Amino acid sequence: MTAPTDPAASGSLAPDSVETVPEPGNQASGGAVTAGLVNTVPAASVGGVAIPGLRLRVTPQHIRDYGIIVFAAALFIYFTVASPTFLTSNNLLNIVYQNATIGIAACAVTFTIIAGNFDLSLGSIFALSEVLGAWAAVNWGVWWCFPVTIGSGAIMGLINGLLVTKLRVNAFLATLASGLSFGGIAVGVTHGGLLITPTSSVFTVIGQHKLVGIWDSAIIFIVLAVVLQLVLAYTVFGRHLYGVGDNRNAARLSGLKVDRTVITTFVITGAACGLAGLIDSSMTGSGTSSQEGLAGQLALLAIAGVALGGSSIFGGVGSVWRTVLGVLMLGMITNGFDLLAVSDYWQNIVRGILIILAVALSFVVDRRNP
Amino acid sequence: MSTTAVSQLQLVSIGKRYSGTKALDNVSVEVAGGTVHALVGANGAGKSTLGKIIGGVTRPDDGQMFVDGRQVRYTSPHEARTDGIATISQELSPMPHMSVIENIFFGIEPRRAGLVQFRQMRRLYEDLTAQWGFSLNPYAKVGALRTADVQKVEILRAVATDARVIVMDEPTSSLTSVETSTLHRMIRALRERGTTIIYVSHFLDEVLDLADTVTVLRSGRLVRTAPSAEETEESLVAGMFGAAAAAEHFEKRQHSSAPVVLDVSGLSRKGVLNDISLRIRAGEIVGLAGLIGSGRTELARAISGADPIDSGTIAVDGAARRVRSPADAMAAGMAFLPESRKDDGLFLELSLAANTTFADLRSVASRLGVVRRATERAKTRELLDVTSVQPPNPSAKVVSLSGGNQQKVLFARWLLRNPRVLILDEPTRGVDVAARAAIHRLINKLAAEGTAVLLISSEIEEVLGLAHRVLVMRRGSITREFSADPPLDAVMEAAFGLGGRTIA
Repeated sequence: MTAPTDPAASGSLAPDSVETVPEPGNQASGGAVTAGLVNTVPAASVGGVAIPGLRLRVTPQHIRDYGIIVFAAALFIYFTVASPTFLTSNNLLNIVYQNATIGIAACAVTFTIIAGNFDLSLGSIFALSEVLGAWAAVNWGVWWCFPVTIGSGAIMGLINGLLVTKLRVNAFLATLASGLSFGGIAVGVTHGGLLITPTSSVFTVIGQHKLVGIWDSAIIFIVLAVVLQLVLAYTVFGRHLYGVGDNRNAARLSGLKVDRTVITTFVITGAACGLAGLIDSSMTGSGTSSQEGLAGQLALLAIAGVALGGSSIFGGVGSVWRTVLGVLMLGMITNGFDLLAVSDYWQNIVRGILIILAVALSFVVDRRNP
Repeated sequence: MSTTAVSQLQLVSIGKRYSGTKALDNVSVEVAGGTVHALVGANGAGKSTLGKIIGGVTRPDDGQMFVDGRQVRYTSPHEARTDGIATISQELSPMPHMSVIENIFFGIEPRRAGLVQFRQMRRLYEDLTAQWGFSLNPYAKVGALRTADVQKVEILRAVATDARVIVMDEPTSSLTSVETSTLHRMIRALRERGTTIIYVSHFLDEVLDLADTVTVLRSGRLVRTAPSAEETEESLVAGMFGAAAAAEHFEKRQHSSAPVVLDVSGLSRKGVLNDISLRIRAGEIVGLAGLIGSGRTELARAISGADPIDSGTIAVDGAARRVRSPADAMAAGMAFLPESRKDDGLFLELSLAANTTFADLRSVASRLGVVRRATERAKTRELLDVTSVQPPNPSAKVVSLSGGNQQKVLFARWLLRNPRVLILDEPTRGVDVAARAAIHRLINKLAAEGTAVLLISSEIEEVLGLAHRVLVMRRGSITREFSADPPLDAVMEAAFGLGGRTIA
């Protein structure tokens, strides 16, 4: 949360200076910085909203950076008041558990997005690695499903990365197309049906076991999120991701092997989707190629979670904790509305509107700071 | 200027700022209808910006513009077009995937009931080309044409849309001399028909040859507007550069005995650089002068691995180096400060610390690749202090700094690596006077400590003020070499290709 690269941490810390020239493109942040000290600039002139009596100014930048927290808190309070079962540890842990697979994919794809790319093949990698893992468990022995799901996911990510860097295919199209192929292979392997995995405690431990009262998959999600956030905020590699996403040319001219960095993000995302596939097949005791379930929605839900969290879909700005918040917020909407017996279509309408708001806001802010 | 005829174009007190620096400051110009009006000035004088404002490509920050006495405020080139003002420049290229004829008639296709009348369009095309004496395949894709032919397409389009004013921004910079004279014939014919031409160029002989009136700009300010009959190349150069420049002048040392640090030999890149050889000794500042498009930036990018080369060798401290990427160049001890800090240099959304350490993050990280925050901040502070960045706050975002301080952050990034060779492309572009002086002192100090410096600048005063030796580039080759403190006009004449007068 206190990454040095986090716009929140830096924007508000700039001390007073005569040298700080608020440039035309920098109205939002420049205005905010000076206003905190002087507080005499009329609000309208910098496009923010001044709150009278407070030495504080709310700018679109702030809304993008912190809107998610305020909004998640508001929803949380609403559901707590409206439903007696919402605020129980059981229910809250359930939200985390139900969103573990989406969350794992979303946290990993945050890396890809921060580095300025996109991955639409999450669902297909998820499905194919799950199917391959189940196949390996059936044919080679149950232990094989662990390396096969994660490894095959990583290889699919590598393919995506090579398409995007070496063949210079636009990431959007490359992963749309590769996802189509991965999904097709999955259907081919299962002949469109299910591969039932052996019922072994070795296998089901991930999806059907609780440690200290918490589902293992939820623990894996949270641990992975923490690790990815730490990597992003504290390592050389994490810094490189921000650099590539912020200014690819500058990163290259600073001696970075940009292609390698980009490929790595795709590999991490692929491996994470494999892990998600492993959890899913462990929960159900099978491997399925069906796009009707989670596989069909995974990419959209994960990217929606990233966008909702406030990471820029244009790269350079964002963090994993935001994505966790975004995913859990989507999960909270499902959970809360289910508890209140609100019908599915209303839930989708609300989710859609939220995502549009989040992305539109990020676009407005990015346009103000070219 | 004639008092009877109302000026077709009037620009009053036009001002334009880019990131805090004034590109144009209180410039007023009147353009009479049916004349060729040239805008001249050194690189960065604001002549292109003024042309763009007339054509609606750029919006001025201050001042008013009147067309036929009516005030206008264009927000796009399209709006200017509806007033009959067309712009032809290499930046505003036409649609490359469409054919010549489609480009010319785009948006003004003869149509009936919503359908394009192709046969009628073809007839109009034949008329146009016959009238102008062009022979262009109407169905060729514009993207596949040579620059000269693309310009013809643009001109035909301007004529087809009945443009009354055509702004031409450096139209001949990539034309051969034959093509240039064809263009000049066309310009004269257009004038005969009453079309006004705004001609932005740094080719002074062309300007004197063509223009009725010349406006001279220097550093964003109007020097004068005068009939071209009253000007000579010398008077224009004097107007463009003013009295002896105000840039701080540093004492130049002799370096004949110092060891050669950078040795470039036979560097070529097809169509861009021809057989470039140069040597820079320890502690020496070599200035590279030349016009925009002469190959200065391309040379810097080639040496520093940013662009590929076709042939040539690069040696640092006597050891031959294979430079295929910026990483290779950095490993060889080079550091390259690119021309555009926003496009190629800075991470605007990241902190000063992140920007400073990006090129050498390993030096502030543990062996496992975890960045040591405290070390990073301490290092950053130290370097921000050396480069006098204000405010020196490592956690502030770079985007919050002024242009000059942003540039100093880039210097800080490279100082972290203690480079042997520092290649600087426009190190003070868009920088205020104080920061400029600070950067000059810094460059001089680094050289005094033994760094070999290659300094590229459009501002000739900057090159003369700092460089111990000056190389002049023209059309991809080094054409002249001067030892310390050459006379300004001699360098300018070499850059403009006067004196030797070699015509490609």
